[in-house]
Amino acid sequence: MAVDIRTFDTFPKLLAHHAQVRGALPAIREKDLGVWQTWTWGRLNDEVRALACGLAAHGLKRGAHLAIVGDNRPRLYAAMCAAQCLGAVPVPLYQDAVATEMAFPIQNADIGFAMAEDQEQVDKLLEVLPTCPSLKRIYFDDPRGLRHYAQPELSSYEQLQEVGREFDAKNPGFFDAEVARGLGADTAAMFFTSGTTGNPKGVVLTHTALVDRAHAAALMEGLGDSDVVLAYLPPAWIGQNIFSYAQPFVTGYCICCPESAETVMADMREIGPTYYFAPPRVLEALLTTVSIRMEDAGSLKRKMYGYFMDVARRVGAKILDGEQVAAGDRLLYRLGDVFVYGPLRNVLGMSRVRVAYTAGEAIGPDLFVFYRSIGINLKQLYGSTETSVFVCIQPNGQVKPDTVGPAVPGVELKFTPQRELLIRSPGLFKEYYKNPQATADAKDAEGWFHTGDAGYFDPDGHLKIIDRVKDVGALTDGTLFAPKYIENKLKFFPYIREAVAFGHAKDKVCVFINFDMEAVGNWAERHNLPYTGYVDLASRDEVCDLVASCIEKVNLDLSQDPELANSQIHRFLILHKELDADDGELTRTRKVRRGYIGERYLPLVEALYAGRDSVHIEVQVRYEDGRTGNVSADLKIRDVKTFPAAAAKRAA
Amino acid sequence: MSGGRKIGEVILAVENVSLAFGGVKALSGVSFDVREHEVRAIIGPNGAGKSSMLNVINGVYHPQQGTIRLRGREFHDMDPHEVALAGIARTFQNLALFKGMSVLDNIMTGRNLRMRTNLLLQALRIGPAAREEMVHREAVERIIDFLEIQAWRKTPVGRLPYGLQKRVDLGRALAMEPSVLLLDEPMAGMNVEEKQDMCRFILDVNDHFGTTIVLIEHDMSVVMDISDRVVVLDYGKKIGDGTPAEVRGNQAVIDAYLGVSH
Repeated sequence: MAVDIRTFDTFPKLLAHHAQVRGALPAIREKDLGVWQTWTWGRLNDEVRALACGLAAHGLKRGAHLAIVGDNRPRLYAAMCAAQCLGAVPVPLYQDAVATEMAFPIQNADIGFAMAEDQEQVDKLLEVLPTCPSLKRIYFDDPRGLRHYAQPELSSYEQLQEVGREFDAKNPGFFDAEVARGLGADTAAMFFTSGTTGNPKGVVLTHTALVDRAHAAALMEGLGDSDVVLAYLPPAWIGQNIFSYAQPFVTGYCICCPESAETVMADMREIGPTYYFAPPRVLEALLTTVSIRMEDAGSLKRKMYGYFMDVARRVGAKILDGEQVAAGDRLLYRLGDVFVYGPLRNVLGMSRVRVAYTAGEAIGPDLFVFYRSIGINLKQLYGSTETSVFVCIQPNGQVKPDTVGPAVPGVELKFTPQRELLIRSPGLFKEYYKNPQATADAKDAEGWFHTGDAGYFDPDGHLKIIDRVKDVGALTDGTLFAPKYIENKLKFFPYIREAVAFGHAKDKVCVFINFDMEAVGNWAERHNLPYTGYVDLASRDEVCDLVASCIEKVNLDLSQDPELANSQIHRFLILHKELDADDGELTRTRKVRRGYIGERYLPLVEALYAGRDSVHIEVQVRYEDGRTGNVSADLKIRDVKTFPAAAAKRAA
Repeated sequence: MSGGRKIGEVILAVENVSLAFGGVKALSGVSFDVREHEVRAIIGPNGAGKSSMLNVINGVYHPQQGTIRLRGREFHDMDPHEVALAGIARTFQNLALFKGMSVLDNIMTGRNLRMRTNLLLQALRIGPAAREEMVHREAVERIIDFLEIQAWRKTPVGRLPYGLQKRVDLGRALAMEPSVLLLDEPMAGMNVEEKQDMCRFILDVNDHFGTTIVLIEHDMSVVMDISDRVVVLDYGKKIGDGTPAEVRGNQAVIDAYLGVSH
């Protein structure tokens, strides 16, 4: 089943191998006019060959760059491979980027060729054309709306293939010779990382890096050519590219392209993928849809759902992990599987999922356990563009909600004294394109990649990522203080919208809380608590109790972890207003600006640490129309119960 | 914008049409023509007779006076069914979709005119009926793809937001493969984004299928952007006719729209 990745060390060689071995098996499916259309590996090989010859005839040289702009489409993936056949480098760009954002990568990488999905993408490329003199040719997949475009740079996918077939007929040995010339050490692709500060950086990855990591993970999960994946995230993102390009090329499985972004749910049910990836926000959105539909269901169904979900919560995850469970519970779970979990998996399109991954951001334990408890083998993984994704994966049967698992075979991990995670792996990137300074900063002489993430190994050797290194601090007694880790734990409660943790160079941890107006408002109505608005609710003892109970649970959780037990939350206050990007308290992407908040609300921070029961605050706020006004309030400060460090005691 | 699209001969000619309901004169002596492949707009303030004009072309009303020629052939007292057979399709201002039926089925009703097998065969789905359904289903799928409504293929129309229902309405009219498409206020009640989408679809239909389009519209900016020529009606009379630029400069039109001090 597994291919020899030393012989077939580049993607074009792998394609040729699959075309020979499993030429009649599906490689890519796409839904068109309501019917799933299939490209076999043989067909894909033919498409790639014609494209590659066409690109060669148009002058695409070894080492040159070809931009790929669009959604998941068979033809765009074919174009990626065609470029690689010639030793050129495909550069996938985000299809939802605006034109000006596209100019930088094109200029930076001197991109001369581009394969665009449709009119929308062509328009953007044409818009940046005057500022990107290197761009000479633009090809498009879907001709709709492009009939009257007369720009000399434009030609269609079909026209390109036409040129290619002619070229191929005249130079019969050319294509195979070009593929044979490719080496594993050649650059396979370049991905631009989004870069929150400054310009994005082009991450250069070799064939060896991508093939090796894709192979290692596939081996670990036992992926084969009967697996099916739905490709629905942007192909310019390394994660999607690994799952829908690198891994299928290594294992020979089939990827499916949904009809449109809106039809993903329906397409997923039709396809029934066996291997699935979703970032936490997608999983959360799915769960919300289910919950809403359950609330609209009849009372019998609702009761049945409630009852069996309780059973699942109690024993579902344990059964999936192969732990011992009482026979009665096992029977109940079976019953639940027939009436609730099975149909639910079916609605979610996950009936056939063997392996599902989530990554990208912290996932709430409730959300994570929900999927596992209904029998979906959801696991976390850790990785980034620079590492060809796979660094850590949770192995089957050893899944914990708050770690990302041990290192994947081939990866070495270590920590700096500042707890920064360093990685050495065959999957590491070659360099940042045209940016030797950034490359040297990120990758040291011994080949360790500095992730910028802080973390540690738990007692079982699983990696736990807690925060970015630059944000991690320490309490006065030297205990590790990871503000984002604590804030995230708080934010997993539906009642808490934002949290700001303080503790660096202090003797204990204290937090500001913003509760979620909708959730708490709802809660107040159910508890017959009349209120006028946020400020009113914030001053209620009942609401303080509610928030305190959430914090206590976080403390209990933290006490289980010897490293973090001392960073339990001692005191908190509920802010009198919601944190707002207009006041500079949040970034536009809703990230808390801890430093600024600490300065702006300095009296509040001081009051928290001075041990007072309440504090008066007066601040200026900016309204949406630009006017400013003053808000003043008396805020209550509460102590929260903390717990003795359980695991630390055991160790002592 | 109109690129390589060739505007051809006169396809529809309205000559001296008058329509009255009892004592109320809805239209009096209106004449204009529509050329093949063009986008022709009829504008005017409320009650100017725009919808009446469309209903006259469509065969819903029969004018007391005047003639209408389609490709030179005069038609008198044709009912809507016959007009449809002659290649004129329309959408409605207040939507006339089957709310309980899916998007797919609604658009399929537009194919009805082109079905050749009889009701019994269709009901039993045997022999030629099954083959015919395949052909029509493909045509419907092309329209669904064209209008980008794949995600709602099987959703009952009544559950869709208004802007999408309008798109389905357009889809059903397109399913008839008309040579002339009459659109009655296709953008009424839409937000800016939906209006832009609709404009794009109208232009795409015109460009892709070469369909001649006659549209009534309230929103002046929309009309000026997408039409080749504009007819302006006021109190049932034609007060202006020409390219958007000409109409914009026409004093009678400015008076009708902006009011005039007497």
